[in-house]
Amino acid sequence: MLRLQELTKTYKTGDQALKTIDLDVPKGQVLALIGPSGAGKSTMIRCINRLVEPTSGAVLLDETDLTRLGSGGLRKARREMGMIFQEYALVERLTVMENVLSGRLGYVGFWRSFLRRYPQPDVDEAFRLLDRVGLLHMADKRADELSGGQRQRVGICRALIQNPKLLLVDEPTASLDPKTSRQIMRLITELCQERGLAAIINIHDVALAQMFVPRVVGLRFGEIVYDGLPTGLSPDKLTEIYGEEDWEATIEKVEDEDDDIEAAE
Amino acid sequence: MSHRELDDMLGKGWRKPAFVKNATLRWTLLAGFVTYMIAAFMTIEVDWGRVYDGLDRGWAFVLAFTSPDFMSRWSDIWSGLLESIVMTVAASVVGILISIPIGLGAARNIAPLPVYVVCRGIVAISRALQEIIVAILLVAIFGFGPLAGFLTLSFATIGFLSKLLAEDIEAMDKVQAEAIKASGARWVQWINYGVQPQIMPRLVGLSIYRIDINFRESAILGLVGAGGIGATLNTAFDRYEYDTAAAILILIIGIVMALEYLSGIIRARVQ
Amino acid sequence: MPVLEHEGTQIWRRRTTGENLIRWFGWLLGVAVFLYCWQIISASTTWFFVWDAPRIADDIWTRATPPKWEYITQLGRPIWDTLNIATLGTLIALFLAVPVAFLAARNTTPSTLFIRPLALLIIVSTRSINSLIWALLLIAIIGPGVFAGVIAIAIRSIGFCAKLLYEAIEEIDHSQVEAITATGASRWQVMAYGIVPQILPAFAGIAVFRWDINIRESTVLGLVGAGGIGLQLSASLNVLAWPQVSLILLVILAAVVISEWVSAKVRGAII
Repeated sequence: MLRLQELTKTYKTGDQALKTIDLDVPKGQVLALIGPSGAGKSTMIRCINRLVEPTSGAVLLDETDLTRLGSGGLRKARREMGMIFQEYALVERLTVMENVLSGRLGYVGFWRSFLRRYPQPDVDEAFRLLDRVGLLHMADKRADELSGGQRQRVGICRALIQNPKLLLVDEPTASLDPKTSRQIMRLITELCQERGLAAIINIHDVALAQMFVPRVVGLRFGEIVYDGLPTGLSPDKLTEIYGEEDWEATIEKVEDEDDDIEAAE
Repeated sequence: MSHRELDDMLGKGWRKPAFVKNATLRWTLLAGFVTYMIAAFMTIEVDWGRVYDGLDRGWAFVLAFTSPDFMSRWSDIWSGLLESIVMTVAASVVGILISIPIGLGAARNIAPLPVYVVCRGIVAISRALQEIIVAILLVAIFGFGPLAGFLTLSFATIGFLSKLLAEDIEAMDKVQAEAIKASGARWVQWINYGVQPQIMPRLVGLSIYRIDINFRESAILGLVGAGGIGATLNTAFDRYEYDTAAAILILIIGIVMALEYLSGIIRARVQ
Repeated sequence: MPVLEHEGTQIWRRRTTGENLIRWFGWLLGVAVFLYCWQIISASTTWFFVWDAPRIADDIWTRATPPKWEYITQLGRPIWDTLNIATLGTLIALFLAVPVAFLAARNTTPSTLFIRPLALLIIVSTRSINSLIWALLLIAIIGPGVFAGVIAIAIRSIGFCAKLLYEAIEEIDHSQVEAITATGASRWQVMAYGIVPQILPAFAGIAVFRWDINIRESTVLGLVGAGGIGLQLSASLNVLAWPQVSLILLVILAAVVISEWVSAKVRGAII
């Protein structure tokens, strides 16, 4: 359903963030993108919905090349791709409900959105989603009153209300504690299953990725160096992705690794 | 907030919660605002014919900016500008020197109560009286000329700088100052070692900002006879010499820009 | 660290000799400039009047007290005009400052090369020139009256508001904007949902802050004929009606104190 063909991105500074990436994501598949900081994970996700303009190559979503779209076409294409962010990226001074409904901005006109007059089905769907993630009673709270885990749930609702085919998830757990991280990962993967969504989850926590996804893609210096099952991630492979380190601990003692990473945040 | 059932909410509309929760208050505020606006517009007397006639002159003035005339009244412009600069420099120096002790006195954490009250009083009076009104009074007392302007700007500098300085001292890090006190320093040594290093960068930044303001203010003091470029500008407007007026305005803008640029550099260095 | 060898012992100095020399030279230059400035001011001052100042001040004081209280009945309309000049001027300024600020902010300007410098030029030029000068100019163009005062205050405030606002826009959290963009929102929707909510508190603060300043400024605009209570002040000064002058000054003082109190309250409520 989503196909990246020879996608490259070179920044103005000359840094080559992505070197000819080829990737195929079938319908309904959830995959994790792992790799060290600066490997190009964030750039790759942003090149798909063109928050970052790719330098060359093609991004095919259901046979439409997104890189060739004009601004109107791009907006329509972005509606098909929900995005979930690292620091939640909620509009903090708006209410939870407004944040969720902002996922419909691509579908409603300016004045309707400006006056907050959303169509009734959208409002109902927003209520259903908030109920699904257990935040219905928070609907009229301002986003900055929420805890980290709650904010990320709102972020998930905002992405899902777009009714997307694909979720682009950028480090969803980076600023959360270990327990909340797992809850959020579980929620995302469950919702993808319920709705048959494909997802690319950009994540630096290898153990967490192994727990929840059926396919892992490893990125290093802008190149794909691993693509396969999470169980296939041997210490050798991890060394290839991240560099030299004692990996046995990571793979076996999942719990500890979790805490260490969170403590390091 | 109690948990609400999803079924109750489905199918019902949703409105953004209002900024002012109380509906009566909200509508009263809105109605009051609208009434005020109507009343305000009704009482402004605008002679539209005069405004329409003025458009030509306005356009002439805009055009004057493309061909400002520096030369025909250059000696007036130069003497006025020099007087403005002189007043600015002298008043800034005197004002800053006086505002340091007053600023120290107006900080509650280092000054005893009687001193604090007196210094805060001076600050309040200086801030409440605007430059131009002070200038009118001083011109009446000391006669026309830059002395009145110099005194006005010094007085205004004291109110501005002392207040901000005192606020800065009140917000300083107590621990550093305590450490110096603990070493057995006298009051003056304590100020020199414990307080001064903490507030110095901000004092420099504020002083430069005040010099900038003093220059801008010095441009209007001439309107009431207190010296500076304002008198020249006023004459130019009276004679409808827009090209000369444009030249003066360009000079003022240029000097203010230069001062802002300079203050940016200096502030970056002392940080 | 500069350490001197002196008769076999090492003496610590804060600065090297060279640095000391430069510093002393700098101070010397500063003092020389100040003395020069003072000399110019002194040369254009009639010292006879200055020595006579205490007597004149005393004379004015006896004439001005007590204020002519019954004159207040004639000040109602001028006070209303003053309030209108400040409020309407602020509203117009805010209305115009918003687009200028968006054009000036690095992250929202359509073109850094052409439009941003233009917006910055508008900001600098309107900000550098005092509202009294703008009033002078507008009176020459559209004639004296409240309307000239409103426009003068509006023009002067554009630069001030736009500067603070564009700094607020440049400081917004970019990820929130990115998130709204990723939903497929249009340019205007990104503005309304991603940017405006983030700068709204700053905007409200700026509006009230500027309104407070504008009340002060509009009280004196009348001195050059632009309406408000300053007209009465200038008329009273011209006929040397000191009891009226003192009453007007008291009224202005009260207006300034009240507006500062209101603005502090409102800003406290917003933040």
